[in-house]
Amino acid sequence: MRGLAPVFAVVVVMAVVPLVGVSNVTLNFLVIALITALAGQGWNVLGGYGGQYSFGHAAFFGTGAYVTAVLQVRYGVNAWIAFGLGIGGGALVGAIVGGLTFRSGLRGSYFALVTLAFAEVLRIAASVAPITGAGVGTLVKLDLRPVALQFQSRAVFYWMILALVAVALIVTRLIERSRFGVWLIAVRENEDAARALGVNTTAVKLAAMVISGAITAAAGCFYVQYFLFIDSGLAYGTWISIEALLTPIIGGVGTVFGPLLGALVVRGLGEGAQIVTGGEAPGLDLVVYGCVLVLIIWFAPRGLIGAFAQLRNRVMRPARLVETGHG
Amino acid sequence: MLSPTILIAAVVNGLLTGALYALVALGLTLIYGVLHIINFAHGALLTAAMFAAYFTYHLFGIDPYLAAVLLAPAFFIIGYALQRFIIGPTSHGDDRNMLLVTLGLAVIIENALLFAFRADTRTIDLSYAFSGIDLGFAFLPLPRLIGFGVMFVVAFVLWLILSATDTGRAIRAVAKEKLGAELVGIDVAHIYAVTFGLGTACVAIAACLLIPSYYVNPSAGNAFVLVAFTVVVLGGMGSVLGALIGGLAIGVVESFSSLFLGESLGQIGIFVLFIVVLLVRPSGLFGAQA
Repeated sequence: MRGLAPVFAVVVVMAVVPLVGVSNVTLNFLVIALITALAGQGWNVLGGYGGQYSFGHAAFFGTGAYVTAVLQVRYGVNAWIAFGLGIGGGALVGAIVGGLTFRSGLRGSYFALVTLAFAEVLRIAASVAPITGAGVGTLVKLDLRPVALQFQSRAVFYWMILALVAVALIVTRLIERSRFGVWLIAVRENEDAARALGVNTTAVKLAAMVISGAITAAAGCFYVQYFLFIDSGLAYGTWISIEALLTPIIGGVGTVFGPLLGALVVRGLGEGAQIVTGGEAPGLDLVVYGCVLVLIIWFAPRGLIGAFAQLRNRVMRPARLVETGHG
Repeated sequence: MLSPTILIAAVVNGLLTGALYALVALGLTLIYGVLHIINFAHGALLTAAMFAAYFTYHLFGIDPYLAAVLLAPAFFIIGYALQRFIIGPTSHGDDRNMLLVTLGLAVIIENALLFAFRADTRTIDLSYAFSGIDLGFAFLPLPRLIGFGVMFVVAFVLWLILSATDTGRAIRAVAKEKLGAELVGIDVAHIYAVTFGLGTACVAIAACLLIPSYYVNPSAGNAFVLVAFTVVVLGGMGSVLGALIGGLAIGVVESFSSLFLGESLGQIGIFVLFIVVLLVRPSGLFGAQA
């Protein structure tokens, strides 16, 4: 496959990390960063390539998490199957929300608002419905066997989330190279023009939302297997929605590696802020995130990857125009 | 089971709460009408104003209703500066960026407040907070009656500004046709900032009206703003009259749904209404075609 070499290179380098003897704390940090990256990769398909800025991706994350947890705990479904169904659940929510909103022609601020509202409805519903454990949440039983998708070693969890991120990277790359990807970017750049040229914009956006929902739901499914607990705030909280859009925008919106880079930077900065203040400063890490978001949009609207590309162009002064994967 | 007096009491209470929703929504709809973006920092600014009202009372003993006279201009300046020096230059003229920047500001303001004041919930005790008018079947607390009255005054003043001043005409011109307004010499960046300032001043007044009967913590404003989104969508984005009627209507809907469904499901009622309106009639009940 053309263009997949950088993806494989990055994944292989990251896969070696647990073998060089890093501490469990570092590994835990990387796992959490990769969960954020995966949620952001989902957002990036719809927001980065399709230009549809969702403010409610927690709807997918939470659905993946709850489906995985509730099927195992209440219905005794095997963890692997529950995990798969959780991803399917996210895709289904994507199809429902996308079907309703895109059919009504909602864009821009309206789309942001309606996705936010869907996430909030799900959050409130999950906080009162008995099936989700209501306010108490759902605890998955500790069962450290591969068949239960739980592992003694943190390294195995790390490789598992890395594999999920790798799949999402490959999917994103393939979309970018496909006819569907070109349609999607056309919708982002000028939806009316795309429709005039014969692109079925509603169908394209809907497909992007389903893929986007499935990827972000996978992050939620993994979250449950890793922490073995979920409640309505963790699943559908506003903060998940913000993180899902923060990572691609900081890393490079509409680029393959943007969410991964953004997640590492965001998590690293948050960790740094906590270390500097000795963990005695609630909210300071989030202030840092907010400032980084504003500064990135201000000075590097194409994210860190866009800024690097620009810098390289300036230094190398190439005769030809360099592709940056973002129009 | 339900006597008519309980229903009337629910309506009256809903109208009193709705007036405050309307006031928060007024600022939001004004900003949307001109800048064509949802200001996601609205809730954080409301929280900040509530803290400001709390501290002017706590430190200087200034009555919140008096503080509104001071805080409204102060928050006008804050709003003006935010739009002129941060949101405007940052967004590079792209609506999507503007949405994100207001979201980023919301995160910064809310968490800076959390960092400064921790998650503690604070209230103020006014001597007259529990006085009011007893209608026999319903008790009307004085702070909420004042809130109801002030909302109409603010709406009237806003209407006067928009219809009778040169700045107001410029605001309406920019809202209708930005490029045309620019061509006839209107400073669009300035008008954007003035609009944002007016919207923020509305929030400051709403905060002063809320603080006597409500509490403040770093996320206090969010509850109101999610409702205000609904009000703005229901009333038609950008419509001042729509925000007024929408706010009162939502107050009554919430009052009824918590009467019949309980507190937490009552909130769902609002969101479901919100989604249905967005999907079926996104231009709202009073708005022009979106």
